Amino acid sequence: MSSSEDKRQWPLYEVFVRARGGLDHKHVGSLHAADARMAVDHARDLYTRRLEGISIWVVPSHQITASDPAESDSLFEPARDKIYRHPTFYEIPDEVKTL
Amino acid sequence: MYTQALDVQGADAATLDEGVLERRFLERVDAEEKIEPKDWMPARYRNTLIRQISQHAHSEIVGMLPEGNWITRAPTLKRKAILIAKVQDEGGHGAYLYSAAETLGVSRDQLIDQLLSGKAKYSSIFNYPTPTWADVGAIGWLVDGAAIMNQIPLCRCSYGPYARAMVRVCREESFHQRQGYDLMMHLAQGTPAQKRMAQEALNRWWWPALMMFGPSDANSTHSGESQRWKIKRFSNDELRQKFVDFTVPQARFLDLAIPDPLLRWDDIKQQHEFGPIDWSEFDQVLKGNGPCNAERIAARRNAHAAGGWVREAASAYAEKQRRRAATLAA
Repeated sequence: MSSSEDKRQWPLYEVFVRARGGLDHKHVGSLHAADARMAVDHARDLYTRRLEGISIWVVPSHQITASDPAESDSLFEPARDKIYRHPTFYEIPDEVKTL
Repeated sequence: MYTQALDVQGADAATLDEGVLERRFLERVDAEEKIEPKDWMPARYRNTLIRQISQHAHSEIVGMLPEGNWITRAPTLKRKAILIAKVQDEGGHGAYLYSAAETLGVSRDQLIDQLLSGKAKYSSIFNYPTPTWADVGAIGWLVDGAAIMNQIPLCRCSYGPYARAMVRVCREESFHQRQGYDLMMHLAQGTPAQKRMAQEALNRWWWPALMMFGPSDANSTHSGESQRWKIKRFSNDELRQKFVDFTVPQARFLDLAIPDPLLRWDDIKQQHEFGPIDWSEFDQVLKGNGPCNAERIAARRNAHAAGGWVREAASAYAEKQRRRAATLAA
């Protein structure tokens, strides 16, 4: 084992698991693996030891583009004042049913 | 939420001074919001978490050794299967926690180096030996029991990735404690020799288990800030007391004696009084002079070195696959 080989850390993968048919894949954590296939095998051992899922996705962590938390105020600001997007904004008289 | 007035957020993080950022950070912690990896956080908060989460991860990994010692000698196939599953969980817990630590900007290689070089600490409980099969039961019942007591409040820790890892760990940890108690129960209800073995294991693990909660509050160096930051929710002494109060009746059910002549129920305080802890022993084990410190690190170093060819082969195989795919695409 050469020490340079040892220092070459395997890439990080983010793991998503579908718990049951009909549900979305949900982020459950991350792991290191030499390649994507190994990441799926490791994810099986690491995140589904108790039948927590029926399907696994792995994505190289560096491929994920995330919004910047420091800019989240301005990023989500446009939706903040649009209260008319919610059904509770509208007052409907009690006698009007099934609306 | 949506009726809230427009928030004025003029300046961005880069132009704000540390004081303002720290005040906002503390307000978020006070409001029980979770701090996430890319959020601004004080350097001391980051370093405290790296230290705590990596020590926790190392403890899980080294914690595989005392029990792993018994896998080949488990008395039945059922017990062997249970023990393998348990030790495998500990490895998994280490992996969840290393991942959580890495979100703070430290690499997995650095963390492993710190463990193997002896620079990093891990829970000193794992520097005690497991001379009999009953020690496997005592570890599950007492050591995992104490760990659960420490870990449940961490599920609400202010740092999101750590809290989420702990939710997963706690969900799995309950099996560890119950299988340990189940093992002790079988021994305690077995032959006189088996019962004696169980009692001796309890004698060995009781005091080290109480030490797992760390120094008494008066001598705890990291507690104040960790509580302020909602990393730590209860003091060492509070958790230790709770553990004693939970465990004493469990020992009584097994008809085993807690090895503490000063242990008694205090009717006024509605809790157990227990004898003084020998902190000089704790300090010695922490300094590296416990019964198995050298053995544990040597086992980890050997495992890492012996697994080197596997890591190398996997890297080479992945590289070959990549090249092959590139050639086919060209």
